[in-house]
Amino acid sequence: MQKKISSIPFQGTPEQEAKLKEAIARNIDDPGAVMPVLQEAQDIYGYLPIEVQKMVADGLNVPLEEVYGVSTFYSQFALSPKGKYHISVCLGTACYVKGSGDILDKLSEIIGVGAEECTPDGMFSLTACRCIGACGLAPVITVNDDVYGRLTVDDVQGIIDKYKNA
Amino acid sequence: MYRSNVLVCGGTGCTSSDSLKIVEKLKEEIQKQGLEKEVNVITTGCFGLCALGPIMVVYPEGSFYSMVKLDDIPEIVEEHLLKGRIVTRLLYQETVEDDTIKSLNKTAFYEKQQRVALRNCGVIDPEKIDDYIAQDGYAALGKVLTEMKPEDVIQTILDSGLRGRGGAGFPTGLKWKFAAANDADQKYVCCNADEGDPGAFMDRSVLEGDPHAVLEAMAIAGYAIGASQGYIYVRAEYPIAVKRLQIAIEQAHEYGLLGEDIFGTGFNFDIKLRLGAGAFVCGEETSLMTSIEGKRGEPRPRPPFPALKGLYQKPTILNNVETYANIAQIILNGPEWFSSMGTEKSKGTKVFALGGKINHTGLVEVPMGTTLREIVFEIGGGIPDGKKFKAAQTGGPSGGCIPEEHLDVQIDYDNLIEIGSMMGSGGLIVMDEDNCMVDVAKFFLEFTVDESCGKCTPCRIGTKRLLEMLEKITNGQGTMELLDEMEELCHYIKANSLCGLGQTAPNPVLSTLRYFKDEYIAHVVDKKCPAGVCKNLLEFNIDKDTCIGCGMCAKKCPVNAITVTDYTAPGKKKPAYAIDHSKCIKCGACIDTCKFKAVSKG
Repeated sequence: MQKKISSIPFQGTPEQEAKLKEAIARNIDDPGAVMPVLQEAQDIYGYLPIEVQKMVADGLNVPLEEVYGVSTFYSQFALSPKGKYHISVCLGTACYVKGSGDILDKLSEIIGVGAEECTPDGMFSLTACRCIGACGLAPVITVNDDVYGRLTVDDVQGIIDKYKNA
Repeated sequence: MYRSNVLVCGGTGCTSSDSLKIVEKLKEEIQKQGLEKEVNVITTGCFGLCALGPIMVVYPEGSFYSMVKLDDIPEIVEEHLLKGRIVTRLLYQETVEDDTIKSLNKTAFYEKQQRVALRNCGVIDPEKIDDYIAQDGYAALGKVLTEMKPEDVIQTILDSGLRGRGGAGFPTGLKWKFAAANDADQKYVCCNADEGDPGAFMDRSVLEGDPHAVLEAMAIAGYAIGASQGYIYVRAEYPIAVKRLQIAIEQAHEYGLLGEDIFGTGFNFDIKLRLGAGAFVCGEETSLMTSIEGKRGEPRPRPPFPALKGLYQKPTILNNVETYANIAQIILNGPEWFSSMGTEKSKGTKVFALGGKINHTGLVEVPMGTTLREIVFEIGGGIPDGKKFKAAQTGGPSGGCIPEEHLDVQIDYDNLIEIGSMMGSGGLIVMDEDNCMVDVAKFFLEFTVDESCGKCTPCRIGTKRLLEMLEKITNGQGTMELLDEMEELCHYIKANSLCGLGQTAPNPVLSTLRYFKDEYIAHVVDKKCPAGVCKNLLEFNIDKDTCIGCGMCAKKCPVNAITVTDYTAPGKKKPAYAIDHSKCIKCGACIDTCKFKAVSKG
C-alpha cells in the first residue's frame, strides 16, 4: 500500500531529540538496530517525518535510503501524524465476515475522510488494520486504547459523538 | 494457603472487554469484606471461550462465571466468596443442569478438547515463574541438560513425529538435525511469533498464557543444535504478549534458567525479543530472519536453507510458538506418549482459533484427526441465528475454503492439502449462507496484494491482476472465459513465486472455484450475487402486495429513486411504491427503513 507522506512542517522539540539520541546510543552496537530504533522514534514523535529518519540514519551510520526502505516497508511505521483520536477498524477475516467493512464505510462517511487519512482539524484519523486478535468480540474497532466490540453500523455514530463531545 | 482462588482471564479478548478493571474491582470488594487473607485473585492467560468473555472461575468449586460485568462483582464477592452461595444466575448456563453444576470439562466446548500446548493457559499466572515451575516447568530443560546428549534430544523429537505448527508441517526433529550437523562458531534458535494470519490468535494466547513454555523449549533447542543465542520475533500488535515475554525473560535470568552456566552444566543460552512492524511476509522464514537483521523483510531464495545459512548467514532453526509449546511435554512424557495422539502422519494435537459465524468463538485444542464437523458443530456450538453452514476457511490467505461435503474429513496436514486447503497456523473461520464466496476470495486477494513484498514479479503483478479479475466479476463484468484465464493465472503464480506467500496466494481463489463454481457462474452469467453481498449485482425491489404505501422509504431514499405507483393491493388503503433501478445507488436505506419487510434485495 502506498503510504501518505505528511506535508505538515516538522515540529520536533529538543527533549524529543535527546530521547532519540539516547535510544540510538543504546542500540548502536546491535547489527539489526534500524527497526528497534525506528520503533522507539515513532513512540517519541508519534510518526516518522523525514527529519527523524535522517537523525536515525546519521546516528546509526547507515544510509538514509536504507532507513527509508525500512520505514516504507512495514505498515506500522507512519509517515503522517495521527489524529487526536486514532480509529482502527479491524479488517481481519473474523471481523470481515461479520461486517467490519460496512463499519469502516460508515465511519468514513461520518468523519469525512477515508482509511489512512486524518481529518483537517486533527481530531480523527482512520486506519484499517489487520487482526488485533479480539476475534471473540468481532467486529471490533479501537479508538486510541479503547476497544469497542460486537458492533453494528448503528453504534458508530454514538462512538464518534462521545469523542467529539469529550 | 488461600481458601478460594479466583482466576480471571487476562488474555486479549477478555482484556478488551475490561477484565483488568474486573480484577481491580474484585480486589477492592474482597478487601471491603475483609477476605484478602482468604481469597486470592489471579490473572491468567486465555481460557479459550473468548465469546463469553470476560471470564472468571472460582476454585475449589470450579464455578465458571461468564460475561462478567463490573456491577456483578459486589454480588459475587458477597454471596459466593463470603457466604459460600454460588450465584447460579451469572454462571455460564451450560454448566448449570437442573439443580447441579457440571464441571467445565463436561461442557460441549471443552469435552472433546485435549490440551497439550495450551495446558497452562487459564491455569497459571503467566507473570509468575513459580507458577510455571509448580507445573513441572523447566524440569524438561533440567532433564535434557543433565541426562541427555544433544543427539538424544533430536532423536526424541524425531520419534515423537512432531511437525511444524506454523503451517507447512515440516518435521521439527529433522530441522534440528540439519542445523546440528552444520559446524559454525555461532548458531541461532528463532521463534516465529509473527502471527500474521488475520483471524488467528493461537500463538498470542500461548505467549500471553504460558510464556515460559516457549523460553524453555528454545533453550532445549539451543542445547540440541549447539546454539547460545535465541530470538523471538513477535508482532508489535500484541502488547500483552510482549510485556509477558519481557517479564518471563527477566525472571528466567534471575533464576539462572537463562544466561550463563545453566544448571551448572556450562551451557549458555540467552534470548532477545524483536518486534515486528506489521508485515505479513515476515512470517516466511527467510523474510523473518532478514527482518531480525533490521532490514526490509524480503524473502531470500532457498537453498541455502536456514539450517546452513540463516540469520546473519549462520546455521539457524526457526519454529513456531505452538511447536515450541509441545517440546517440554514430549521430553517429560516421552515420544511414544506424543505419537499416540493424532493420525498416522500427523501426531499430537492442534490448536485452532475458531472465529466468524460460530457460537463459541475461541481457542480449541483437539487431537489431530478430529473432524471439522466435531469442531464446528459440537465444540463450536454451530452457526448462530439458525443459519446454514456454507464453508470453513483454514490456513488464512494461504489456505482455502472447505465446503459442507468435506465436513467429515479428519483434519491433518495431508488431508487438508488433498481437499485444496492447508493447515496453516490454525485460523478457522466459519462462513454461513450470507457470505459470498467470490467476495471472500477477493478479500484474501486484497490482503495478499497489500502484503506482497514486491521482490518477485509473479507475486507482485500476478496477484494484482488476479484481484482485478475478481473485481470485474463482482462488478458484473465477468465472462466465462475470464474464469478460465483466472484459473490459469493462479497456476502460474503458484509455480513461479519466490516464497510461500506467493506460492499459496491463489489458494483462496482456486478452492472457491473448485467448490463454489456455481456462485462464480451466478455472478458471471446471471449477474447476480446469491448471498446478496456484491453491491453492484444487487437489485432492490418492493413487493407491491406487502407494501402498505406509508412512503417512509421514499423519504429516506437519498436519490429519490422511490416513487408511488397507481397499484393498490387488495386490503391496503394506499397505493404501493416502486424503485426506479436506473436511479438506485443500492445504499440499502429503504430496507433498513421498511418496518413491513416489503423491500428485498437479491
